[in-house]
Amino acid sequence: MTGLLQAIRKSPQPTFHHGVHPEENKGRTNRLPVARMPFVGEYVLPLSQHLGAPSPPIVVPGQRVERGEAVARPGGFVSVSLHSPVTGTVKAIELRPHPNGKLMPAVVVQADPFASQRDQFPAVPDPLLSARETVLQHIQSSGMVGLGGAAFPSHVKAKVPDGKRVQFAVLNGCECEPYLTCDHRVMVENPGDVIRGFQILLSLVGAERGYIGVELNKADAIAALRAAVGRAPLPIEILGLEVKYPQGAEKMLLDAIFHREVPSGKLPLDLEIVVNNVGTAAAIAQYFDTGKPLIERVVTVTGDAVSRPANLLVPIGTPVSAVLEHCGLRQGEARQVIVGGPMMGLAQKDLDVPVLKGTSGILAFTSETVRVQAEMPCIRCGRCLDACPVFLNPSRLAMLVRTESVDELERYHLLDCFECASCSFVCPSSIPLVQLMRVGKGLIRQKKSSK
Amino acid sequence: MIGIATAAAIMTGMALLFAILLAIAYRFLRVEEDPRLEIVEGMLPGTNCGACGNPGCHAFAEALLRQTAAPGKCTVSSPTQVDAIARFLGVDAGVEEKRVARLHCGGGYGLALRQAEYQGYSSCRAAVLVSGGGGACGWGCLGLADCERACTFDAIKLNDRLLPVVDVDKCTACGDCVEVCPVDLFTIEPLSKRLIVQCNSPLKGEAARKVCSVACDACGRCAADAPDGAIEIVNGLPVVKVPSLTSERATFRCPTCAIQWVQGNQFADDTVAPLYEGGSIASAILSAHREDERASRG
Repeated sequence: MTGLLQAIRKSPQPTFHHGVHPEENKGRTNRLPVARMPFVGEYVLPLSQHLGAPSPPIVVPGQRVERGEAVARPGGFVSVSLHSPVTGTVKAIELRPHPNGKLMPAVVVQADPFASQRDQFPAVPDPLLSARETVLQHIQSSGMVGLGGAAFPSHVKAKVPDGKRVQFAVLNGCECEPYLTCDHRVMVENPGDVIRGFQILLSLVGAERGYIGVELNKADAIAALRAAVGRAPLPIEILGLEVKYPQGAEKMLLDAIFHREVPSGKLPLDLEIVVNNVGTAAAIAQYFDTGKPLIERVVTVTGDAVSRPANLLVPIGTPVSAVLEHCGLRQGEARQVIVGGPMMGLAQKDLDVPVLKGTSGILAFTSETVRVQAEMPCIRCGRCLDACPVFLNPSRLAMLVRTESVDELERYHLLDCFECASCSFVCPSSIPLVQLMRVGKGLIRQKKSSK
Repeated sequence: MIGIATAAAIMTGMALLFAILLAIAYRFLRVEEDPRLEIVEGMLPGTNCGACGNPGCHAFAEALLRQTAAPGKCTVSSPTQVDAIARFLGVDAGVEEKRVARLHCGGGYGLALRQAEYQGYSSCRAAVLVSGGGGACGWGCLGLADCERACTFDAIKLNDRLLPVVDVDKCTACGDCVEVCPVDLFTIEPLSKRLIVQCNSPLKGEAARKVCSVACDACGRCAADAPDGAIEIVNGLPVVKVPSLTSERATFRCPTCAIQWVQGNQFADDTVAPLYEGGSIASAILSAHREDERASRG
């Protein structure tokens, strides 16, 4: 009887308000250990694959580069270096297809088929013993960016601006996007790296306490992280969170953990919190252990048009077509290829686009999964309002976009939308709401720039 | 009975009071306005298109009275209307050269490579956000008719290749299409400028031809054939420096028909290649567009 009462009284698992429950579809890959993607002949390294200024190249065509050698330097403070993932020669610096649909300048590296491609990198100082500035500089020159998808330079996040302070640091291990399991595998296989990387980040920002938020569908990851923390008594707490999309958005994660809302137009830093992805923490730890810059990342390759789904350690710059071929793409049946997660990722028209630092998944679907439904009129059911995690009114916003009422769009806080696609997901009339939101943001930008 | 009489008296009293107030206000607070303003504004088309450079017809009428603009600036009015305004104001009509919007892309359906099929909100500005639409060329026309919808004067119609054709007789050079096109394919050019580069892709050589059969591959033949310095290749595209070239010689050796000698409407004679299978798809898509539009207007 008391047990039952306790069960009833037990507070629900922490989570944020609103959100949706898409089918997880992680079962095909969440138990597959990370395998290595074989080297291919040519690597395409777009100079702009992080948020911020593009990196100017520091190599010339014909030049020989080693695995891990820098080919581009940071183009400003909010920018990072770029490294060759293979030993080979620079073939060209030219326009190449980018996953954003445009042709963008890129360094093309032809791999040397006779090179050993061994992991041999110059030594780096101990991050816990060196000066803060040195460590930040090293993180910038290692090309480190957030591996969750947005690819925000990590050293910028780790540098607390003057006059601000950071109380808590958070690692984001939610991986709320369906299908994706790359962060999950990193947490299960390298919990030590995650914790060590987090420790470096904690000391850099001077946080007094760290939290790692992991959704409860990844019980093995939570156990592995707890075991890794257990060995060293650190002020790090691992929190199991209810499974819900988009918990991995940093503002939602803060709502789930601290029950605090990041005000409109502000950053988590304004709440004295910084959020990083678990994959980033692991990559930072590996960099300071071995000197290996960000030249590889774990990518989940799955979808029903792929016969051998996998979690692959892919060198940055590998063409998506090569990765899909390695995983057994069903030619002719594949109808849609998405880079990123199914909710926020981008559908691709050209499979020669490279894997970028921010590429977390490559999904290929047959026409069975890609249901194309004709758009129907809005029936005012209000489901999008219940789904929107930032409490906007997507239905109203969509109408305002169609009538191009730009002032109204701003007044209805369109700019707070972070395009999680929950509204499109629940819409029973198949209205492409999130796309309309993006069009609306374009309208606002256009109006601001014409002023 | 008394009640009704009181009410009527109060109402009459108030009416008188306000009438007096209005009369006083009219006498002392009136703003002197040129009586011609209203007449001139009435003579203008009232479309508020902005082609004259003013926010609307009222502002243009004010500028006319201040004599800071000439009546010829109005591209919507016919020459007789312009003359009428000029006569009324006793000024020179200031005939302006007719200018029209020109499209810098010839890669319509069946000519430019389509890599994927775009599904979603049927608008160029939406399609450009999804991997840049389905076309292989990231600079080309998306063919979803944002310009056709934006045109106030019904001057733009998509042709069978889903390329917008500007009707030069209706175009007033107001610039709405220039503003709405997400890949910036329109420019406003004088009608007398006949050499039009129908490509916007900076790609060169094989790379350009691979994605579009009518792309400029920056071979430079037009620049070589034109009078000295009249055409210059900048960023993989010819730039016509002398707008009033009288010879179409520069277009003769263009291997992809990317530079065209245009008289009147663009794409008037689609002699590049007969429409093959793509043609039927294009017209099917086109009719679907029109249907969508009717439904949304419906």
